[in-house]
Amino acid sequence: MTKKNLTLIILGVVLLAFPLIVRSDYYQHLVILAFIWVVIGSSWNLLAGYTGQVSFGHAMFFGVGAYTAGILVTKLGISAWWGMAFGGILAMLIGLFVGWVCFRLRGPYFALATLAGGEIFRLIATNWESLTEGMVGILIIQTFRSKLPYYYLALLLAFACVYVIHLIMKSKWGYYFVSIREDQDAAESLGINTTLYKNVSLMVSAFFTGMAGAFYMNYMAFIDPEVVFSLHYISIMAILVGIVGGVGTIMGPAVGAFVMVGVQETFRSAFFGLAPKWISQGHAMAFGLLVIFAIMFLANGIVGDWSKIKRHVFRIKTSST
Amino acid sequence: MALLEIKNLVKSFGGLKAVNDVTFHVEEGEIFGLIGPNGSGKTTTFNCINNYFPITSGDIFFKGKSIKGLKTYKVCHLGIGRTFQIVKPLARMTVLENVTASAFCRVNTIGQAQKEALEVLEFTNLTDKKDKQAKSLPIAGRKRLEIARALATKPELLLLDETAAGLNPGELDEAIELVKKIRDNGITILIIEHIMKVIMTISDRIHAINFGQTIAAGTPEEVANNPAVIEAYLGGELC
Repeated sequence: MTKKNLTLIILGVVLLAFPLIVRSDYYQHLVILAFIWVVIGSSWNLLAGYTGQVSFGHAMFFGVGAYTAGILVTKLGISAWWGMAFGGILAMLIGLFVGWVCFRLRGPYFALATLAGGEIFRLIATNWESLTEGMVGILIIQTFRSKLPYYYLALLLAFACVYVIHLIMKSKWGYYFVSIREDQDAAESLGINTTLYKNVSLMVSAFFTGMAGAFYMNYMAFIDPEVVFSLHYISIMAILVGIVGGVGTIMGPAVGAFVMVGVQETFRSAFFGLAPKWISQGHAMAFGLLVIFAIMFLANGIVGDWSKIKRHVFRIKTSST
Repeated sequence: MALLEIKNLVKSFGGLKAVNDVTFHVEEGEIFGLIGPNGSGKTTTFNCINNYFPITSGDIFFKGKSIKGLKTYKVCHLGIGRTFQIVKPLARMTVLENVTASAFCRVNTIGQAQKEALEVLEFTNLTDKKDKQAKSLPIAGRKRLEIARALATKPELLLLDETAAGLNPGELDEAIELVKKIRDNGITILIIEHIMKVIMTISDRIHAINFGQTIAAGTPEEVANNPAVIEAYLGGELC
């Protein structure tokens, strides 16, 4: 327990000190992206990993949050930072609608509805040009020139998200979510209103994802439908972050976020310029291989199978000495 | 006023009447046995009581109020707990977590829920297994966990669905003791059981059904000597 606390304190200090030591904008940018993915991955994990309701459409909530922040600036002329609140709330309401329709049913309906929902919102954002500027996208002016404020805000958001989920999982809600995942019939007979609590899980998940989207708008200062409502860059990536890091663990998506952003960037930059350029096209394949590897050898993800990883690494060490 | 009243209960699946016009009532404080051969509609009756599926006709009263059409989780909140014949442990949770999750039915904080859960585990003799994963328990433990979980919701009426099936003789005696202990704590019990040793020794009254219809009702002796019951269990004379 104390060892665990010590690890967390060291991790906190490292993350707080990182941008003061590593002054490169590039690396700070990568870590900010990873923080955003920590939020999306953890939110997805609350719903899919803990409550057992797999979403293929978290881009829906992310995009709604981002567009809310953007539209607040372009149409109402107020700060995009308000989007952090309103984007989260709007995403939550959309989540509630999807859940209200789907959660009374069991089976794959919810997964399919989220898959369709993400695409529907992408098409709306593309075609409702008077509101969203369509494919042109929304461009705003960044609040800060330095990356530092964004870094600490993203860190705060990621920390808040992981911590809130940690608290939820130690409460009545958390027990109810896992009960629903394990056996819905048993859960009902134990007095759990499964429809209600699936919706609660979805709303919390959508809220944080919407906030992440609004932060993305503020930070990147540019969005278009193909980026923020993207099926493979957002919805599928959210699932990969969860699977690689560890579904149904608190720290899993956080670890998964850093791994996935790392892998993505390594390929995008063609191994930081060391490999031939064409390899940068291969990141999707690398993701595929990574997921196959994770499912074959680390079915519970990096965090879920941490003891297994330690054992193997330890064995290699002892055999080499 | 009876605690539970089943009136002219009918449940059909398509053309099959799984439960056909069954009427009985359970008095407060008794152990009421529901028996019948395989497929006679016992578990279907349970599923009707906690509204796992809607009933076709008839009515069910709990403490004088109709609970027909009430959602499953609300039936539990009213005070009817149940166990499943085919056990449904929350597999990837520990025994303590399983029971804590159901204790949240009556309390809201984790501290209280855990305290209640520990008491129930003590009562059901599962304390030494509290940190084990539910899926690692053998069948006797799983059946016990079913009961513990139902008890943690603080029911007034407990529906036990074949909690003795699959147990060895030693475990059987423990199960009988447990059921009696639950009744002595003031919880009314409606029990489905195949094993005659169990049902005959613990029930105050017994209701026998076959093909969804009542064939006998009364004290254990009366029911055991009823020709219709003997025929249902042992088969009629060959013609």
